[in-house]
Formats: sequence, C-alpha cells, structure tokens
Amino acid sequence: MERFDVLIIGAGVTGAMIARNLAKYDVKVALLDKENDVGNLTSNANSAIIHSGYDPLPGTNKAKFNVLGNKMFDEICEDLDVNFYRVGSLTVALYDEQLPLLKELAERSKQNGVEVKLLSAEEVKKMEPNINPNVKGALFAPTAGIVDVFNFVVHAVENAVDNGVKLFLNEEVTSIVKEGEYYKVKTQKEEFYSKVVINAAGCYADKIASMVEPIDWKITPRKGEYFVLDHYKEGLVNHVIFPLPSEKGKGILVTMTTSGNYLVGPSSELTDEKDDYRTDPPTLKNVRAQASEMVPSIPFNQVIRVFAGNRPTCTRHDFVIEYSKKDKNFINVGGIESPGFVSSPAIGEYVVEQLVKPILSMKEKANYNPKVRKYHRLYNEMREDNYKFSNEHLNYSEIICNCEKVTLGEILDVLSRSNPPHSVKALKRRTRAGFGKCQGGFCQPRVVLILAKYYGVSPLEINYDGEFSPILLEKIKGGR
Amino acid sequence: MKEFTCIICPRGCRLSVDDNMNVTGNSCPRGKQYAISELTNPVRTITSSVRVNNRDDLLVSVKTSGAIPKGKIFELMDEINKLSVSAPTHIGDVVKKDILGLGVDLLITKNID
Amino acid sequence: MRTVDLLVIGGGSAGMAAAIQAKKEGINDILIVERDENLGGILNQCIHNGFGLTEFKEELSGPEYLARFVSQVEELKIPYMTSSMVIDMTREKIVTISSKKEGVFKIKAKAIVMATGCYERGAGAIQIPGDRCSGIITAGTAQKYLNIHGYLCGKRVVILGSGDIGLIMARRLTLEGAKVICVSEIMPYSNGLNRNIAQCLNDYNIPLYLSRSVSKVIGKDRLEKVILSAVDEKMQFIPGTEMEIECDTLILSVGLIPYISLLDYIDCPTSSTKGAKVNEHMETMIEGIFSAGNCLHVHDVVDFVTDEGRLAGHGAAEYLKGEFKRGEKIVVTPKDGISYVVPQEINKDNEEDVTFKFRVRKPVKDVNLIIESNGELVAKMFKPVLIPSEMVMVKLSKDKLANVDKEVSLRLEER
Repeated sequence: MERFDVLIIGAGVTGAMIARNLAKYDVKVALLDKENDVGNLTSNANSAIIHSGYDPLPGTNKAKFNVLGNKMFDEICEDLDVNFYRVGSLTVALYDEQLPLLKELAERSKQNGVEVKLLSAEEVKKMEPNINPNVKGALFAPTAGIVDVFNFVVHAVENAVDNGVKLFLNEEVTSIVKEGEYYKVKTQKEEFYSKVVINAAGCYADKIASMVEPIDWKITPRKGEYFVLDHYKEGLVNHVIFPLPSEKGKGILVTMTTSGNYLVGPSSELTDEKDDYRTDPPTLKNVRAQASEMVPSIPFNQVIRVFAGNRPTCTRHDFVIEYSKKDKNFINVGGIESPGFVSSPAIGEYVVEQLVKPILSMKEKANYNPKVRKYHRLYNEMREDNYKFSNEHLNYSEIICNCEKVTLGEILDVLSRSNPPHSVKALKRRTRAGFGKCQGGFCQPRVVLILAKYYGVSPLEINYDGEFSPILLEKIKGGR
Repeated sequence: MKEFTCIICPRGCRLSVDDNMNVTGNSCPRGKQYAISELTNPVRTITSSVRVNNRDDLLVSVKTSGAIPKGKIFELMDEINKLSVSAPTHIGDVVKKDILGLGVDLLITKNID
Repeated sequence: MRTVDLLVIGGGSAGMAAAIQAKKEGINDILIVERDENLGGILNQCIHNGFGLTEFKEELSGPEYLARFVSQVEELKIPYMTSSMVIDMTREKIVTISSKKEGVFKIKAKAIVMATGCYERGAGAIQIPGDRCSGIITAGTAQKYLNIHGYLCGKRVVILGSGDIGLIMARRLTLEGAKVICVSEIMPYSNGLNRNIAQCLNDYNIPLYLSRSVSKVIGKDRLEKVILSAVDEKMQFIPGTEMEIECDTLILSVGLIPYISLLDYIDCPTSSTKGAKVNEHMETMIEGIFSAGNCLHVHDVVDFVTDEGRLAGHGAAEYLKGEFKRGEKIVVTPKDGISYVVPQEINKDNEEDVTFKFRVRKPVKDVNLIIESNGELVAKMFKPVLIPSEMVMVKLSKDKLANVDKEVSLRLEER
C-alpha cells in the first residue's frame, strides 16, 4: 500500500490548484475525485468569469483571495496554455434608484483594492451598443476576465501529474480514520494512507469534514441554470455584463466565452440535493427575462444547450480555509462558491505555503516544470491564418468535429497526456468536439470509436460521463 | 369497408376497400394493387444490414429482392442477423439465395471498397 | 493559390447533382469537397427503401440511390476530395479547405455551390427539462450507430417527434431488436409522411401520441424514465396528464436545421427557411455563390434535393459562361397559411419557368393556392389536401411570369 504525504479530496479547481502548488515540492501527493473526470461538477458548470473583486465584502476571505487570485491568472494561463482574456466587466444600473448602489460598489472596490470606474449612460452605450437604451450608468472593472474553465482545471491537473502528483478518479471517500501518524481514507474501492488530508470536496466538503469531527458549518448548494448560445456574430456584448448584485449572488449575467459563444445565467435557488443538476422551464424563463432586461436583443433562437451548476454555498457566507479543530493535519477548504474560480490560484498557494508547510517538511524540487506541453489547435491556426503545424502534421487537418473544427490530431494529443479523458464528455471538454451547434450529432459516433480504439475496448464500454453512463447498449449482428 | 394509408409512394393516399374488393382513394393503379394485397396477403420489402467481417465496426446494407409476407418479417430478421459478408461489396451481390425459402434473395445495396 | 471554376461544398445528393449538371453544361474545372470518407452524405445511413420514385421510377434504398450519382461523378471524371472540409470562406470566394490527405490549403473559386445539408435539433436546443444523463440521442445519430456501425443505443426506447427520421427509426429499432414503447408528438398532427406512419408505426403496433411531449427526463447516469405530458394549444404542459414511462433511451426527432455556418462567415442573407435567401437559379444574395438541398431548406424527398442541385448546377454553369440574365428583381413573399417559399427573389429577365417550393403552416383541406402580383391574380389552383410535412411545388411558366412586376406572393384561400 502506497503511503502519501498529502491526500487531496476533490479535483475541482481548488483541489487542482492545491495539487499544482504541492507539486513544486518533494512530497508524495494523491489527488482523489469521485467523478470520472477532474473538475466535473462545480468547476465546469459556472459563469467562467475571472471576477475583478469589487463585490465581496471587505475583510472577508472572498475579498482577499479574489483580488490576489485575479492578478495571478495571466501567468498561470500562459504556463497552462489556457485561453484567458481580460475583457472587463460592466455592472449596469437600469433604474435611477440603483445609481447610489453603484457608488456603494465603487467604494467597496476601493477598499478591496480593485480598479474600477463609474461610467455614464452614454459611455456605457458606446461600449455596449446592444445594452438596454434606458441604462443609467455602470461600474466598469477592467481587470475582470473570461477563462476556459474546462481546460484550466484539466491542464492544472495535467501539470501537477507531470510533476509527480498521482490522480485517482472514481474514488468516492466513505470514511476517514486517523491511525497513528496516518489518516486512513477509505473509498468505495480501496484504502489510502496519508499524513495530511486536504478536504476540497466542493458541495460535499461538509460531509467529508464531518467524517473527522463535528463541524459548525454546512453546505447548501445554490443551483444556477444557464443558456449557452452558439458562436454568433461578434459584439452582442463586448464585456461581462452584470446586473447589480444581491444577497443571492452576482445576478444573471450575459457574457461571451473564450470559445466565442455567449453564456446567459445563472439563476440562484437553494437546493437540498447536492446532485441536482436538473434544468426546469420556469427557472430558465426567468433567467431569460432578467437577462433580456439588460440586453434586449439576445438571440435565444441560437441556444444550443442549457445546463445547471451547483455553488457550494456555506452557512458562514465565506470561504472556510482552516485546520480542523482537532488536528492540524486535516485541512478544510470548503464553501468555495463564487468568486471561487478566480480565487483558486491564491487559495492553492495559501493552503500550501501557510497551512501545509508548517506541518510538513517540504523541499522544493529542482526539476519542477510549471508549463504543460503546448497544445496545437486548428481553431487557433484559423485565428492566426497560419496552417504550418497542420500541414506538417496531417492528422491535425483531419476534422472529426465539424462544428468546432476539432481534428483527429488534437484528440489523439489529449489522449496521450497525463490527465487524459475517459469519457465522451471529458473529451468534449478538452477538445470542444461536440460543443457546437449540432451538439455531437455528427461527431459523437466518430469520437466513441476513436476512444474505443485508443483504450482497446468495445464501443459498448465508452461512457458519456460517469462510469455507468454508456452510450451504446448492444452490439447487433454478431459477426467478428 | 377497410381504410388504410397507401405506402407505395411518398404521397400516402388514403385507400378504402369495400367488401367486393372495390378500391377507392387511390391515385394510381399501383395503389389499387396494394390495397388488394393488403387485404389478402400483406407483404413488405425488408431492408436491413449485415456485418462486414474484414472491417471494424462496419455493416453493409441489404434488402430482399421482393416483398415477403408480413408475418415472416421477424423470422427473416433472425436469419439476416446470422449472416455476414466480406468487403469489397457490390450493389446487387447476393448474400443469401431464396432466403428462408420465401422465394426472394437477400441482396447487397451498398458498394464498399 | 490554387484556383477552380466551380467549387461544390458537400458531396451529398444536392452537391453531386449540381456538379454533374454543371459538367454536362460544359464546365470542366470542378471540385467537390466532402467532409465524410465517402460521397453520398446522409443517404449512406438511410438504408431503408423509398428513394428514387421520381428520379428513376423505381424504389431504391438510400445507398443504392446515391451510388447511381457516384457512378456518374466517376464516369464524368469530376474531381472530388473526401475527408476534406471547408473551414473558412470569404465573399471573394477564397475558400480554406482542411483535408486529411492534403493538409490545409486555400483555393479561389469563380463560382460556389453550397450543398452542406442540415443538422438535427438536439436536447439542448429544445431545452428538455430534467436530468443530463446518457441515453438521450438524436434520431440521425442513433441511425448512424445502428445502420453503419451495428450498435443499438437503447433497448427500451421512447421517440420524441414524429418527423420522418423518427418514424423510420421506430421501425428500424424494432426490426433490429429494440422495444419502441411509443412515439410522442407535441403537435396535434404528425410531421412525417402518412406512408411512414402506416409502414413504420402501424405495421409494428407502435402507438403515436399527439399533443404530448416530454415534460421531464429522469436518470442519474443513464436514462431511467421519461414523463410525457399533454400540451395545450400554447404548447404548455397540462398538469395531471403525466404518463411515466420506464425506458433507457429517448430518441429525438424534433426538427432539422440547414447547416450554414459557412454562410455566417460571409454575412450571407438568410430567409425564414433558416437557409440562404436565393433567386430562381438558387443563387444566394452574393453573386456566384449558389445553394441547394437541405442547407437551403429542409426537403421531404431526396429526389427533389437532386432536382434542386441540378438547378443550382445549371445556374452556376450559366454564371460561369456569362449567360446569366438578371434584370429587375421580383420579390417573392409567402402570405396567409404559407410558412416559406423558395426562391425568395426572381430575376425578371430570366427566360425559364420558375418552380415555387413551399410549405404550409398547418394541415388544410380544400383550399385554393393563390399567386398574386400587386393585387392582380397570376394563378389560382385547387389543392384538396396540404400538410406541413410535405414540400409543395408549383410551376409558374415564363409566360405567366411576364405579367409579374416587382413582387409576387403566394397565399392560401379557403373555399
């Protein structure tokens, strides 16, 4: 039985960032997730915004890590080869009575150390021609950005694994017991031993924490439902457009994504079920109405998908990042709801440098490499109108996904990496195959056969998402 | 009086047949023929596919050279599912002569190199 | 840069017909670009019978029908590239092709025929309420798994949507060993051909529920059940009408949409068909770029796709030979009871008869089709039955067209 120095429960963006920071040191790290892919739940179903930090209350963990995290994104995305654009955000006031709230937010920004500017109605309309013409003003935050959330987590874990972290998928923790110097972490399949355990289990962080000791906080997921629009003409919006925030969150936003789509959402409803990812028409109708108030011309006939994500909302209304009461070797990193994604690099660094380092002797590795192997994409070549790589590597000109122009070369590349996809959805997230207007209608059969061939299994064994979600149920007509 | 939809062409005429086998509602003689056959001995041409032995995960399409009694369809399918061919295949190649003794052949309908 | 006189994008029924026609009219420098491994498009997986009754006066399966055109392409020595896809194009007709064998290259065409087919609306587009589990699949994708690769996507199947692909798949799945529990249609009438309801559903005792749709899908990993609810005239679910059905698969046959991403790149105007706006030669509003087949408007019968491909090929040939007569434009408008008409524009100096292709909004009986221009009657014809699932064609001779000025409209009139 292999013993670890640090075991991280949860390979979402928080766990991934902690793992990547630990990978700099000569410690043995295990990264566990109950899902069939990293970042499978909260980290991949959110607004994909790198918030500027104007919104969290000054002095909170949220404010601190948001502002710190935001500054780290340029370098990390460069190292991890992830698309990230600082497009800026506009928080718009549609009524006169909202204008004082804008000023209040501007004041809060100042306290948080975030650069913002109050804009007049005319200035807003100039920057966003499709905004509601009755707009009264806006708060402009130039440091806000959009990021490819899927590949941010995937590449971070890949980089961690490249630097020695061990990734274990489909491992659902069932009990945690301290045995001498080690924690015995049992999953439905096996047992792991580790000196330090870090709980980064997202919506399940309270459940995991309770396995060790009684806790005074609870996670009640807040579900958010979204619309995804197809690649549509540029300029529907040019920034992330927020309404004024409320106690329920930052409100329903309209934004472009790094892939040129538009995203509209999220709703915000507390749910009792941690695994509730259902969408329902009344909620979506409300999302649509609210978003249309800000941007009246959103082309909802271009919707290609609706989805729901769960934010791990904590009763403390702030991130929980601390040692357990009983034992410093068990660290809770819970309640990482928005602005969790942007905060993750700062949380990762803080957890490793301020919480793990004091309790575990760690030496920096000489051969640590912060960069992932470069990703080549036909789509990027199209943007640059330079097809050198594709012409030198012909399987990068063999298109598998017509809508998103994903090539066989790109698919084989992600399969060959250290955090490869095991399902159609995991492949889709990494390459965008199946993300377009036909939603995999044309490419899914090709993708299933490629996966089956690569892993040397029958197409019947290829899952859509989790371990028990096959796409095909029976091979007919026997033959060979 | 019996009524049903003609399946001979995309037009889908609504046919009526009375007790004396008089057909109405048809737009062509083939409709009349179909109506009478439907009442006396309904038949269908069946299309399906068989596996290609020397290719991965590939089928080739097939059809019966003529119509077979409706009641024999699933028996025929069981028989088709036992068959396989090797590529290359050519349209019109016979996979099985006089399949199930129904008096029709099972023919390839697709060219595979 | 490579050049070509006529570039045909898409090697399915429309594209092959266009290339063949242009070649026959003397255009020699042609290239067909096909994204799949073989020519033929979607017909490769349509292994059922029923194609070619107009074109060949016999009933063929999809692969047999397409093979006849592939033979012609070969005999006429028309060059084609498979596993090759157009990834970009400009209004100047500079086209970027990504090809498995030849890499990525640009080619400048003098004329282009767009014949890129259509795609299926999926679960996302219709926003089915409930879980996001495996086991929800579009009919065409299920058809490809089954007919090309030999895999059943499900054993207990509910089909949503009674378009022709849904009906054809109901029969196919039944024949190949699955249980099709029912077909559910949100409209009060089927969107498929009557013959397909007869031979695909009735033959196998598969119930068709009208005015009923999926109000919820339930399943953790794989689909476990669907709830079907009745809908009112406004397509809203009626509480208390829920039917719970245990199934492992939900097949969607909820509409086809022209696949015209490339036209978005060049800001090509579109019509209510969701395809390009075209004139009588199937020329889009960008000179020298033509469009035909399901990427122009979704057809019901492939023989008509072929016919439209030929029309576009003919138009492209005339354009390339400089014989294309334009003249004053006549705008074609669908009015009462008609959802769209192709073409949307006619060149007045055009010297040929024009065929209007249109669909009606809802099933109607005993109506007159009225063709008018500036309030004057141009033609009137009696139609006993018209249904939305059927594409209707009416020919207007060039003599009658001579009486038309500036605009012409089509409408239905109750008798």
